[in-house]
Amino acid sequence: MAKTVVLIELDRGQLKRPSLNAITLARQLGSDYALLILGHSLNEVASSLVSYGASTVLVADNPALAEPLADRYAWVIAEAMRKLSATTLLASSSTFSKDILPRVAALVDAPMVTDVLALEQENGETAFRRPVNAGSMLATVRLSGERRVLTVRATAFPTPAADAAPCPIEPFEFDPASLPNDTEFISREERASDRPDLGEARVVIGGGRALRDKESFDRLVGGLADSLGGAIGATRAAVDTGLAPNDYQIGQTGKVIAPDLYIALGISGAIQHLAGIKDSRIIVAINKDPDAPIFQVATYGLVADLHQVVPQLIGAIKAG
Amino acid sequence: MKILVTFKSVPDPYAGAGAAAKSVINPFDEIAIEEALRMRERGEATEVVGVTIGPAQVDEQIRSALAMGIDRALRIDDSRALDPYALARILYSLVTKEAPQVVLMGKQAVDDDSNQVGQMLAGLLGWPQATFVSKIEFLDDKKRARCGRETDSGIEVIAVKLPAVITADLRLNEPRYVSLPGLMKARKKPIETLTCEQLGVKVEPLTTILSISSPPRRPSGVRVTSVEELIAKLKEEAKVL
Repeated sequence: MAKTVVLIELDRGQLKRPSLNAITLARQLGSDYALLILGHSLNEVASSLVSYGASTVLVADNPALAEPLADRYAWVIAEAMRKLSATTLLASSSTFSKDILPRVAALVDAPMVTDVLALEQENGETAFRRPVNAGSMLATVRLSGERRVLTVRATAFPTPAADAAPCPIEPFEFDPASLPNDTEFISREERASDRPDLGEARVVIGGGRALRDKESFDRLVGGLADSLGGAIGATRAAVDTGLAPNDYQIGQTGKVIAPDLYIALGISGAIQHLAGIKDSRIIVAINKDPDAPIFQVATYGLVADLHQVVPQLIGAIKAG
Repeated sequence: MKILVTFKSVPDPYAGAGAAAKSVINPFDEIAIEEALRMRERGEATEVVGVTIGPAQVDEQIRSALAMGIDRALRIDDSRALDPYALARILYSLVTKEAPQVVLMGKQAVDDDSNQVGQMLAGLLGWPQATFVSKIEFLDDKKRARCGRETDSGIEVIAVKLPAVITADLRLNEPRYVSLPGLMKARKKPIETLTCEQLGVKVEPLTTILSISSPPRRPSGVRVTSVEELIAKLKEEAKVL
């Protein structure tokens, strides 16, 4: 019987790959784990999950679950935990899991830890390390009670190998009439982009307020991203001044990324932004203020006017 | 329509390094308070009740909330280190007593960064929730609220039946400044205090912080002086190009 349930995230029916990283923590915890997906028309996604070493892939497939409404999803997940007698619920951190998991925690009477970075043993007891204060400090926390709910920083755990013998896929049966019915899905912003997902990209270019206008932002940040096949991110200030859409925001209250290469253009380096980038392998900072705090975390710093050097940089990369 | 807005006292997140951080209202909660006040000013809400949980030291932030314009201030007197689930259970007992139509909260406290209490409270109440909200509009004679939510893949719009729990994201509004005369006037307003015992709720935190440490520092990098040098480093040293 699975003691842990790992909730796998889908976005418009597609697997969100960083959500697999929670499986790595499930393995470290040691007990059996089931993978759980919710949505509609899930056959293909379900079969892509059978080799991750789970005891089962549990599939809640129903038209009423086509959109990730928190009250419905939390209800189904809590039911699934009860059916499996599961004591632990895991998912990778995202706006999806942060919306739904605390609600499940309340339904199954469990405490919760957000953004687990590592599993620790303190005096023989299981504890979890997590960032607090915009990642400027790390707290090691212990949970008591019978059940626990955890979200996992996907960038802190490797992607698990899919090399286990296939496990069964089981439908999770429930009565759709008992689902909460107080939330209506109305719409979702659709934005077509050929660029990789910010949370999964190997290269990310971030833009700050120093870009000044949207045209410069698109030409310089977008141009450099496209020359490297990278994704685009932005600071809160850049989003607030309309240079970039909300979901580009990187930092304490936006996305946390850890690409191979992060290039910060015209970003001063407020602690709230650094919280979202400091696990990147290589950080490049281009800023004309030599005292900008971003230079303290940058692997390579270039004090220069980005309007001059970014076109040069794009040219040099395109020239190979 | 009655609105209950919750707020937490946190160290000023914008205090410079080394400065003695004074306490302020958690910035997301300030946005929640501002939104509740605007609902009242538009005639949608009739009463805005503000509540916080903590010892008497947080009265300073309650004064700020009163100076912004909340009608009533409540402090649940508890000086323990409470976890989000404990806070949600205390608020649950208060909400069942106050019976608001909307509970407005910040999406997370910037000291603890947990982002849990609103969703837990909604779960305990069995109410719908709209989290990370950057736009709220009432529909159907205030029987529902249409909310724009900031998600990882862009704005999602949902409508929730009231009563509901709504948590505020950064771009919901820009909170008003509190004037000094407003703050002086707020000094004379009453703050109601309640204990968990009076609320009839008994909670123990299930989360214990065992230790706090500093994250490892990134090794300091180097300055380059030209695009050519940067490209060379990225190719030969970092091997990312």
